[in-house]
Amino acid sequence: MSESSETAGRPDAVAPAIELRGISKSFGHVQANKDISMRVMPGTIHGIIGENGAGKSTLMSILYGFYKADAGEILVGGTKTDIPDSQAAIAAGIGMVFQHFKLVENFTVLENVILGAEDGVRLKPSLARARSLLTELAREYELNVDPDERIEDLSVGHQQRVEILKALYRHADILILDEPTGVLTPSEADHLFRILKGLRDEGKTIILITHKLREIMDVTDTVSVMRRGEMTATVRTSGTNPQELAELMVGRKVLLRVDKKKADPGKKVLEIEDLRVVDDDGVERLKGISLDLRQGEILGIAGVAGNGQSELLQVLGGCRGATGRIRLNGEEIDPSDHVLDGQVWRGRGVSHVPEDRQREGLILDFFAWENMAFGYHHAPEYQKSRWLMDNAAIRRESGKKMERFDVRPPIPELAAKNFSGGNQQKIVLAREIERDPDVLLVGQPTRGVDIGAIEFIHQQIVELRDRGKAILLLSVELDEILSLADRIAVMFDGQIMGERMPDQTNEHELGLLMAGITDTASAA
Amino acid sequence: MTVLPKWADAILIPLLSILISFVISGLVILYLGLNPFEALRLMVTGALGSSYGWGYTLFYTTNFIFTGLCAAIAFHARLFNIGGEGQATLGGLGVALVCLAVPWPHWTLALPAALIGGALFGAAWAFIPAWLQARRGSHIVITTIMFNYIAAALMVYLLVEILKPEGSMDPATRRFGPGAELPLFSDIFGLVGIPFSSSAPANISFFIALLACLLFWLLVWRTRLGYEIRAYGHSETAADYAGISPVRMIIIAMIVSGALAGCMAINSVMATERLVLNSVEGAGFIGLAVALMGRSHPVGVILAALLFGFLYQGGGELALWANIPRELIILIQGLVILFTGALDNMVRMPLERIFLMIRRPGRQGA
Repeated sequence: MSESSETAGRPDAVAPAIELRGISKSFGHVQANKDISMRVMPGTIHGIIGENGAGKSTLMSILYGFYKADAGEILVGGTKTDIPDSQAAIAAGIGMVFQHFKLVENFTVLENVILGAEDGVRLKPSLARARSLLTELAREYELNVDPDERIEDLSVGHQQRVEILKALYRHADILILDEPTGVLTPSEADHLFRILKGLRDEGKTIILITHKLREIMDVTDTVSVMRRGEMTATVRTSGTNPQELAELMVGRKVLLRVDKKKADPGKKVLEIEDLRVVDDDGVERLKGISLDLRQGEILGIAGVAGNGQSELLQVLGGCRGATGRIRLNGEEIDPSDHVLDGQVWRGRGVSHVPEDRQREGLILDFFAWENMAFGYHHAPEYQKSRWLMDNAAIRRESGKKMERFDVRPPIPELAAKNFSGGNQQKIVLAREIERDPDVLLVGQPTRGVDIGAIEFIHQQIVELRDRGKAILLLSVELDEILSLADRIAVMFDGQIMGERMPDQTNEHELGLLMAGITDTASAA
Repeated sequence: MTVLPKWADAILIPLLSILISFVISGLVILYLGLNPFEALRLMVTGALGSSYGWGYTLFYTTNFIFTGLCAAIAFHARLFNIGGEGQATLGGLGVALVCLAVPWPHWTLALPAALIGGALFGAAWAFIPAWLQARRGSHIVITTIMFNYIAAALMVYLLVEILKPEGSMDPATRRFGPGAELPLFSDIFGLVGIPFSSSAPANISFFIALLACLLFWLLVWRTRLGYEIRAYGHSETAADYAGISPVRMIIIAMIVSGALAGCMAINSVMATERLVLNSVEGAGFIGLAVALMGRSHPVGVILAALLFGFLYQGGGELALWANIPRELIILIQGLVILFTGALDNMVRMPLERIFLMIRRPGRQGA
């Protein structure tokens, strides 16, 4: 059973660029990698796909020398190689582009590229050499970045290119990219894929880690699927399809599209007019947002991360002050800082599933039942007397809610940190949806959640809508917005660029709006 | 990562830490040419060998319980209140002013009044740094340290210039009078016929301290306020999300913290029957170690306070009877603080590894 099926691992004259043999790794009693064997042929783009917690990142961390495998061996270019640390990985020609960039913000591109790879005490020769190499690479692979620009002034897409340049400067032949498109607009992602294909055609080997099926289909030559620490299959991309890959990832049939009937919007519940937010640094994050939200509809807010969606959600959840007008069920609400907090909104039937469940939505060290009362700890049914909380009642109710939302394991006495990402999210959703709110604010409902749980979470949101509630959905996953929302508003640079109906638009048009281009007529 | 079972985290680690610090202390004593076992025997008999010893040990323990709870409540809100010393000093002033204000007819009236006085003064002294932190962002560690010095200086001024009786050379207030005398253990145990040394200062405050532990537990784990304080302490962003005001949490947690430190004065000041300079004697700082070691839980605080009470009394006896310099006692106490507080991970990491090794073969077999 532990033996991985290698449908694409045909015997070849060339040695694989990377070969893993029987890699195992466990943390405590959690086995992150179970006897994994894999071959990556040189000059190919090899995708690794799997749900969160399937062990993809652990495997790559072993390859890059961050973790030491408990068992197994690594072969680079056919020779057995020990990789005790990242220096050894670099020496073996392996470069890594992390999900969260490791760049010095106030250094220039050039300084970041040579950081840690300087030739000697004097910086000038290194800088000169790096500059000429950078211009060369820019010409060859569309990797153009101004070498003298500071990192903090670059867009996320450009910062990622700097990471790739860093690896190439260190003579990497094998490039590992960990979820590289999470922070990119669709067009930036397309550009990245063009770069990757260019690199492959030059003979570089690329390992692409992702949970997005579409990327795998678009760009890879071969794909390996991981599930629960095991490598379940390695197949040629041309010989498979998204449905098959999804099933391999989850281990059962999954619904890739949300099953829902047409929305029947009722009266306006939430009206927002000219909402503005200026942050602590004096930067205007929201530049006059106006939106209406109706009963029985899901309004999706699309946009690349960092364009003001988080701020919008924080204002509507009461975590941040703003100027402008907000009307809830016809009643005017002052959004300024000293008036509004989470308690005010909750008291008026607005529930809030925050974007970051671990930092905002949950107290990880609290028990699940304590988290079930979080934000609603003033609710009369949770009080035993004037001073004391009715912990027994909260615990009882939590057990029931956890059963209803299929939280696994449904044990209220377990600390929140001991649940997987998907189950943590279900705890938050159970808490917020079970209050039967008039308005539900949802930020990134399925970020870091496995496919099986995504299906369930989407169903719950649609069900709430069908009960006539208003839902504001924020997501950086365009697929999620397209399949869930009844109406889509696109945000860019703190403004609403436009509203579209999901059946009258497409990814291309939305992608342009997300990049701030409203003139869709000329682009179409 | 929860590798260690709860009992190992709460009991095994502190015990191992104490053991290590005792071994090192023993080696130092050996190096000085003395017998460490003899030293240990002296400490144990001095602190626990007689009702007189117990009387002193529990007297110190009472102080440490109050200051330990003071640090613990602040820890729950992720605040490092180093100002327990100053807050207890001001609590002493509050207790003294209450005791001197009227000729109290009986201790049953004087004690509640003194408790309120001490708590109010301690809370007020903690309120200022709390306000500065909550509203102005001044770091509470810095401000509370500074407030310790201000408290000490204020006390010198008051005792030398204002509160000292006419003609006295001693920087201390006049005696409180018989109505403010607290019942000692000898009085209390005498009621049920158990003999207890009447020269030991342990008094009814010890039971007040235990009551405070119970109230502390109720506050932190059973009330809405405690829930909010803990939530704020674990995650400020989450507290914000839930509509819990950080300003309110900082100020309330610090007021409770200061009040607990102030309550210590019923033991340290009322028992000595007048207010003297430096009535706190470092108990405010010991409280930090007590809270760290006791994992900010009242039961842990009681046990840790007992340990430090033992070290204080046993150490005093050791200096008295053996040819051991007073400084060595401070060294032993310092080592205990170092290992239980600061070097927690030094014991924890190897222990986690051992637990993993024990567990893994069992898993594979299952």
